[in-house]
Amino acid sequence: MNTVFVAGAAGFGGDRFDASGPLIAHLSACDGPRYLIFETLAERTLAIAQNQMLRGEGPGYSEFLQRYLEPVLGPCKEANIKIVCNLGAANVAGAGDRARQLADELGLKGFRIGLVEGDDLLSVVSEETIAGMTTMEGTTLERPLVGANVYLGARPIAEALALGADLVITGRCTDAALTLGPVMHEFDLAEDDLPLLAAGTLAGHLLECGPQVTGAYFADPPFKTVPDLATVGYPIGEICRNGDVVITKPDGTGGLVSEGTVKEQILYEMHDPANYLTPDVTLDVSRVSVVQEGPDRVRLRGAAGKPPPQTLKATVSMDAGYLGEAEMSYAGPNARARAELAIEVLRQRFQRLAINCPVRFDILGVSSVFDDDQGTLRAAAANGNDGDLRIRVAARSADRDELERIALEVYSLWVTGPAGGAGFRKQVSSKVKTASVLVDRGLPDVSVRLV
Amino acid sequence: MTHSETAKPLHLFAHARAGDKGNCVNISVIPYHAGAYEHLLEEVSEERVRALLAHRSIGAVKRYEVPGLPALNFVVEDALEGGVNLSLGLDGHGKALSFLILSMQVCIPMEFACETAPI
Repeated sequence: MNTVFVAGAAGFGGDRFDASGPLIAHLSACDGPRYLIFETLAERTLAIAQNQMLRGEGPGYSEFLQRYLEPVLGPCKEANIKIVCNLGAANVAGAGDRARQLADELGLKGFRIGLVEGDDLLSVVSEETIAGMTTMEGTTLERPLVGANVYLGARPIAEALALGADLVITGRCTDAALTLGPVMHEFDLAEDDLPLLAAGTLAGHLLECGPQVTGAYFADPPFKTVPDLATVGYPIGEICRNGDVVITKPDGTGGLVSEGTVKEQILYEMHDPANYLTPDVTLDVSRVSVVQEGPDRVRLRGAAGKPPPQTLKATVSMDAGYLGEAEMSYAGPNARARAELAIEVLRQRFQRLAINCPVRFDILGVSSVFDDDQGTLRAAAANGNDGDLRIRVAARSADRDELERIALEVYSLWVTGPAGGAGFRKQVSSKVKTASVLVDRGLPDVSVRLV
Repeated sequence: MTHSETAKPLHLFAHARAGDKGNCVNISVIPYHAGAYEHLLEEVSEERVRALLAHRSIGAVKRYEVPGLPALNFVVEDALEGGVNLSLGLDGHGKALSFLILSMQVCIPMEFACETAPI
C-alpha cells in the first residue's frame, strides 16, 4: 500500500453539511485506505462549548455532531472509510455516547468508536499555575479561566485507529493531526520518520480548512476565476509513501484545484514557513514545489521535517464580557455629512451619560474593515459626500446594560439624529477571549479508548 | 533593477491570503508569475507593509521568503486590535487585510501582470 486517501469534509463548525456525499463517492473508488475528516474546532469554539455545558445550555461537544455524522456513518462503514473528527470539543465522552446512539439507530453492527481524551490542562495543573504562565502571539492571561486545552498531536489518533476504530473523536488536537493520525497509522510511522511526518502534516494543513484549498476563499474575478463556486467540491489529499502529497477534488463538483489555490493555503495561518511547529514534527515548506499535474490535481514535493519542539501549545480561554454593536444608515445626497454628524451626536451623548467603556465608530461605505479604533482612515478619507453609508458603533464592556444603553442611543437617532437615518439594527453578544501558552509535552494525561 | 515602470497596484501582479493567530496576522503574497518574485523581494518590503498598517499600533513586521513556491509571507504582530475575541472592528480576524497589502503601489514590469487582468 503506497497511498493514503484523506478527504476534508468540514473546515469549521457550521461548514456545509452536504459536502460529504461527493467525497465518499470519490473515496469509494480509491485504491487504498480511505478517511473522512471533520475539523470543527476554532480557537474559541471549545471554550464556548465548555461554558455552555457548565451553564447547562449545551452538551459540551459540537452542536453539529449529529448533522455531520448521521448522513455519513452508514455509507462510510459500507465503503470501509474511517472517520476522524474533533467534534468532541469539551466533552469527548459525551460525543462518543451520542455517536454510539446514532450508530445503533442506523443499525450499524460492530461499529467501533475511538475516543482521544486528555487535552484539558485544568485536569493536570491548577488554574493558578496556568495563570502564571508566559503567553505568546500578543495575548495576555487573567483569572478566572474558562478553560485551558492543549493541542495534542496525531499519535493518539493513530493509536485509536490501531485499536480498530471506525470513528475517532477527539477534543483539542492540531488540525493537521486529523490527517496525520491516519497517515501515521497506515504507514506505521516512527517518531523519527521526519519526511513522512512532514508530508502528512502538510496534507493535513491543506485539508483542515475544507474548500479553502479547492477554490473557496480564492475567487477575485477576472484576476482569479473559479468555476461553479456555489457547488465547490471539498478536498481529497493523497499522501504517498515517497513523501509526495496530491490535492484533488471529486469529479462533478465546482471549484478549482490549482497551483494558486494550493499556495494560498500552504501559507494560511503560517508564521515561519521553515518552522511550522506541531507536536509531531517541525514542518519546513520553504522548498516545497507545487505542480499542476492534471485538471484539479496538484502535486506537492519537498516537504521537510525537523524534530518537534519539547513544548505543546495550549489555548487558555477567559470571559471577555460583552460586545455591543449598533448600526444606522444614511443614504443619498450629503449622506457623509449626516453620518459624521450622527457620530458626533453619539460621542457627546456618551460623554453626558458617562459611558466609559471602549467605543469605536465606523462608517461602512467609507471604511468598514481596514481602519483602526480611532477612525484614522475615515478621518483621512475625502471621498464624495453622497453615497449609501452606514454608521456602526461597537463597544466592549463587562456590563451588558451599558451596551444596551449605547444601542438605545443609536436607536434614538431615528428621532433625535440627523435627517434620513434608517435601518437600525443592534446586537449584544457574550465574548470569550483566548491566550496561548507553552507547556511541557509530557504534561497532558492522554487516554485512548474504544467505546 | 529598473524603476522606469509607473507604479501600479500590487493586486495586478500577486494574490494574497491572510490568517490570524491571537493578535497577529500573517499575509501571504504570491506572484501570478514566478518571474515577478525577484521584483516582489525588492518592492514589497517590511517597511512598506508597515506603512500600510501604520494607522494601527502594530508591533514587529517580519517578512519570510519562500523561494520554493515562490511567495512572501508577512507576519505582523499586534495587528488585530485585540484579535478576533477582543477587536471592536468588524474584521477581528484581519482577513480583509490581504487586500490592503494588495493595494500597495509597486513598480513591476507589466509582462508579469496577471494574464486575465482587465487592462
